[in-house]
Amino acid sequence: MVDRLLGRQDPKDGNKAAAATDPKSAMWRRVQLARNLGRPRTLDLLREMADEVIELHGDRGFGDDPAMAVGFARIEGRRIAFVGQQKGADTEENIRRNFGMPHPEGYRKAMRIFELAERFALPIVTFVDVPGAHPGPESEERGIADAIARSIGLMSRLRTPIIAIITGEGGSGGALAIAVGDVVIALENAVYSVISPEGCAAILWRTAEEAPTAALAMKMSAQDQLELGVVDRVVPEPGEGAHADPRETARRLRSVIIGELDRLGALTTDELVEARYRRYRMLGPYTEVSAPDVAPPPSRGLADRLRDLLDPTRWSMGMPLPGSSRRDEPPAHEEV
Amino acid sequence: MPIKLPSFRPRRDVYPPDLWTKCPSCGDMLFNKQLEKADRICPTCDHHFRLSAAARLELLLDPGTFRERDAGLQSVDPLGFVDQKAYPDRVATAQSQTGLRDAAVRGVGAIEGQAVSICVMDFGFMGGSMGAVVGEKVTRAGEDALAERIPLIVVSASGGARMQEGTLALMQLAKTCAILERVRAARVPYISVMSDPTTGGVFASYAVLGDINLAEPNALIGFAGARVSAGTISQELPPGFQRSEFLFEHGFVDRIVNRRALRAEIAGLLRFMRPREVPVDTRSAFSPIGSFLSQVVGAASGGMVGASGSSATNGERDG
Ligand SMILES: [Zn+2]
Repeated sequence: MVDRLLGRQDPKDGNKAAAATDPKSAMWRRVQLARNLGRPRTLDLLREMADEVIELHGDRGFGDDPAMAVGFARIEGRRIAFVGQQKGADTEENIRRNFGMPHPEGYRKAMRIFELAERFALPIVTFVDVPGAHPGPESEERGIADAIARSIGLMSRLRTPIIAIITGEGGSGGALAIAVGDVVIALENAVYSVISPEGCAAILWRTAEEAPTAALAMKMSAQDQLELGVVDRVVPEPGEGAHADPRETARRLRSVIIGELDRLGALTTDELVEARYRRYRMLGPYTEVSAPDVAPPPSRGLADRLRDLLDPTRWSMGMPLPGSSRRDEPPAHEEV
Repeated sequence: MPIKLPSFRPRRDVYPPDLWTKCPSCGDMLFNKQLEKADRICPTCDHHFRLSAAARLELLLDPGTFRERDAGLQSVDPLGFVDQKAYPDRVATAQSQTGLRDAAVRGVGAIEGQAVSICVMDFGFMGGSMGAVVGEKVTRAGEDALAERIPLIVVSASGGARMQEGTLALMQLAKTCAILERVRAARVPYISVMSDPTTGGVFASYAVLGDINLAEPNALIGFAGARVSAGTISQELPPGFQRSEFLFEHGFVDRIVNRRALRAEIAGLLRFMRPREVPVDTRSAFSPIGSFLSQVVGAASGGMVGASGSSATNGERDG
């Protein structure tokens, strides 16, 4: 886990995986690239692409979260508001920045800037690069779920253009909290998932060792996400990946951002907000069957007995409750 | 009416599991039939066992008032997800075990005479996990509340987003939070009831966003799982961490309510929170939700004005 958070990897491993043709290794290589320690972060990208960057601080309620960077920037003469998670470039900075995992105050700081941007008609550009929101007890005490849900809700109705860019790891709710946009862009080696592949593997395969298998099953690569409609555009990375040439990566992103600002700027605010609402309203396929019922359980008595049999509390003798769950299902006690 | 159940010291082999359940809080062996009759609350220690969607609806709504909607919504397999079992097989198994099509049931009903749009979750169906069907049902419940100008009630029981639907499950957070913004803007009340467990992406979307958040006693409510926390942070967890009482203490739950008192509690709250007619004024010109408000005003003036108008002025008539 520490290795993962530090983005450590054996570079030779990456090359070997690149040479391998099987999809699992290729997918895992992308996960490794998305976590690469040398990948350009929010402030690095802005320094490269912007003429002016003014970082702003504090959520006005608790403190300033170093894992979240927000502020104003000018890109080719266009004024924007930016929000992005900020991982560190080395271990020391990573510890200071909590490995880019924001606490609630990080998301509340982001919401402050979202509202400012709306009031002053600044388009918003977000940079998403987060293993997940900070999972510690302080995070829960200060209401991480509340902060995430409110940020998602706010973004869904903001009356200003929003461009969301997945630059590295798009980790679950902690990513989505700043990734609700009119257009969602991903760098080629970015990944986006509902839970970390390690977490998914631990639950469904009973071992974190199966993380590459889980990564493949969740279709978490930028290209997969494009095909699912979760991402609208994939921006190719230079050479070996963004870490190899941050300047060129920023240059490519800059021209994409400028293009999108022009496109979104041509829409009326009502059209913009309605289209954004519809984008998310339609995500997630399901089917509607006309038959009134699924085959009902044989009798109520048996159903009740089955339910009781399956009740995880039944299995909990001597075990901590209720982290365990029925074998078949994702347990309650896991961030998903 | 609480019933005193027979309780004994447990000796596992003596209790066939289809007849007896051990209370995880006090250790008493409870006779299943009587546990069901007692609303699945332990008579010794008040532990709230998990409730099926059907039992939940029966407990909350006036008898005979529930009309199910969208009963036919069913999950598909957008990723072709296979772990140790294929996702469609998991769904089929869950369906035959529970008699449900997915992990949520929604419709309209009445609580002490007040019409409500309600969606309840069932942990028994794949851990109550939220995929596109659950997200869709919650969203449609919100849309009906909005269109009919009746309160929205969601009862959560879920481990979080459904991994087998990948980021499409994650996107249900956005879908549901977005409709709740519209419900709020239209001044339609939303009460969120959290039961054991309400975690992950369900907690971090519609469950946490109630105008009023109610929780059953000692329910597990939290964002990150203990395994995630333990793997990432080596830190001791405070006692009662992620329990209803912990959430209450930190300001994220309004009231902790015994299951048997929930119906009266919700009815009492709704008497203070009548859906209001949105005033037809210039507000939309400068409101951040302007265009939407004007839609709502349009909808409201199309027939619902009388009803919502009178309830706004005659607030105390049914004290
Ligand atoms: Zn008990």
